[in-house]
Amino acid sequence: MTVPTDTPESLGQEREPGEGQPGESLWRGAFRRLRRSPMAIIGAAIVAAFVFVAVFAPLLAPYEPASTQWTELSTPFFVQGPTSDHLLGIDRWGSDMLTQLIFGARQSLVIGVVSTFIGLALGAAVGTIAGGVGGVVDTVLMRFVDILLSIPSLLLAISIAAALGKSSIALMIAIGVAQVPIFARLLRGSMLSQSRSDYVLAANALGLRRRTVVMSHVLPNSLGPTIVQATLNLATAIIEVAALSFLGLGTADPAVAEWGRMIVSGQARFQIAPWLAFYPGVCIAVTALGFTLLGEAMREALDPKQRR
Amino acid sequence: MTTTMTSRAESGTSKGPLLDVDNLSVTFTRRGQRDVRAVDEVSFSVEAGQHVGLVGESGSGKSVTSLAIMGLLPKRGVSVDGTVTYAGEDLLTMPRKTRNTLRGREIAMIFQDPMTSLNPVITVGMQIEEVLLRHTGASKSQARERAQHLLARVGIPDPSRRVKEYPHQLSGGMRQRVLIAISLACEPRLLIADEPTTALDVTIQAQILELLKELVTDTGTALVMITHDLGVVAGLCDEVHVMYSGRVVESAPRRPLFAEPRHPYTGGLLASIPRLDSARGTPLTPISGSPNDTLPWAEGCAFAPRCGNVINRCTQLTPTLEPVGDRALRCLNPLSDPPPGAAQ
Repeated sequence: MTVPTDTPESLGQEREPGEGQPGESLWRGAFRRLRRSPMAIIGAAIVAAFVFVAVFAPLLAPYEPASTQWTELSTPFFVQGPTSDHLLGIDRWGSDMLTQLIFGARQSLVIGVVSTFIGLALGAAVGTIAGGVGGVVDTVLMRFVDILLSIPSLLLAISIAAALGKSSIALMIAIGVAQVPIFARLLRGSMLSQSRSDYVLAANALGLRRRTVVMSHVLPNSLGPTIVQATLNLATAIIEVAALSFLGLGTADPAVAEWGRMIVSGQARFQIAPWLAFYPGVCIAVTALGFTLLGEAMREALDPKQRR
Repeated sequence: MTTTMTSRAESGTSKGPLLDVDNLSVTFTRRGQRDVRAVDEVSFSVEAGQHVGLVGESGSGKSVTSLAIMGLLPKRGVSVDGTVTYAGEDLLTMPRKTRNTLRGREIAMIFQDPMTSLNPVITVGMQIEEVLLRHTGASKSQARERAQHLLARVGIPDPSRRVKEYPHQLSGGMRQRVLIAISLACEPRLLIADEPTTALDVTIQAQILELLKELVTDTGTALVMITHDLGVVAGLCDEVHVMYSGRVVESAPRRPLFAEPRHPYTGGLLASIPRLDSARGTPLTPISGSPNDTLPWAEGCAFAPRCGNVINRCTQLTPTLEPVGDRALRCLNPLSDPPPGAAQ
């Protein structure tokens, strides 16, 4: 038997680097497009910086968190602005603002990631059952998801957080559960479209069990859009963490730095020191922007219509 | 002739043919649109180890026939009539689970496009192992070993490395080899190949056909080869059914069909094959018109608008499939002599 001469290597060389290669792995092609997108690079840089700051907060922060040792520098009549000792000044409670912001990144990252993960896991489970089993199960689950979708997610999160009480865990569950319907709907949709692909037909022609077809053929190929949505949802989750904390639904421990609550406390001195609310606001906005840019770029890179 | 086109009496028993398709019709229905009958009372049978060709242009109903046999058509909007008997059992009425155990183990199928018929996210080795684990009761390590053996058998070099690769790392020809390995993994008794070489370039086509022929001949697997290319059928099939607009128009053993096509459509298909020995600059001989220029079968012969042999009756009477000598023919004014340029 002669060996076919069209090895993958030779085929790859003939093609333009930008051209989509037929049957190329979804992720590989997406990654190739992602690297060329300035939006993705900026987003990834912001996200990387944010994660870096959150992880290495104790090393980066100039002072101990929540040390409140400069209370005399924050009074209703005077708040210390930036100095060489305190690059961003002193916060409402007499701690170093930069230190508090750096530690606040931890809180946002942990709650944001955990809650999105909860939402992704539960949503993926619901979506897989609906898309995989189909029929009545699909209809019932999806109508339930529709009901949840009709409630604004922040409102849903507020209700759940209020019911669960003031704690970080409650915040994570609340924000996570509020994301379930989006993930469920998205995953079910892409599973339905993957079910019509040739390799699923081929898998069915081989008499594979439905469980095998769903779990090893349909599901892995449907996860792309859901993972992208998770990146976008991280931005929303971080904003929601801040929003719920702003509303007083976050952790009760005042020693834990949290951007949303820093805005609230800054409000008290807003007239004489507007930067107290401004800095944490900028942090929230930039972080959310980073995740959104990265998520949008990923979504575009994975869009089959982009593959020419 | 090994199959009978007219008598169906003995079918349904285990002594009958391996696969017996009797009066199979597939109709696509869509609310607000006219029903489309893609397959219209198609009957043919396949003996164990026999190679049968289903030939026709795009839209002639070949692929839908194969999907109907496999039970792979969507349930909604499709109605399937007639019977498909495999080894004495009716495939269309048997429970889904029973049919699912036959698929892949007894009846396997190779699809047209190797680029899209493999799952891009799992390794080719895993895709072979899956079938073995499902149908043969092999252990994981046995399946892995057998997967490498199968890849070697379909002519893929270095199988121990290839099993760990993903489909995008393989060329089109290689992927079709993998698909053949998957479909033959459980040594099925019947293989349906739906245009297995259409998506490949010509040199690879020849290799794949040669491989397929070698494998089915060695294992005694019966083959239903679905193609638009009479050249593919010529080297492979014992018996050929030519389809047009959902119906079989001519059925014959290979040699008589090629030597003396009787239906003008078969003649046209044969004449349209470019020949090596024709003089340089000789124009190709197409069948005039397109497959869209059909007459509904109810109003006459569907091929009449494109037929060079058309007579008045063709647009008034619906021709029936009649036995003529060693073949069956659906034509009111058949060709009597081989048309010029037909393969000998």
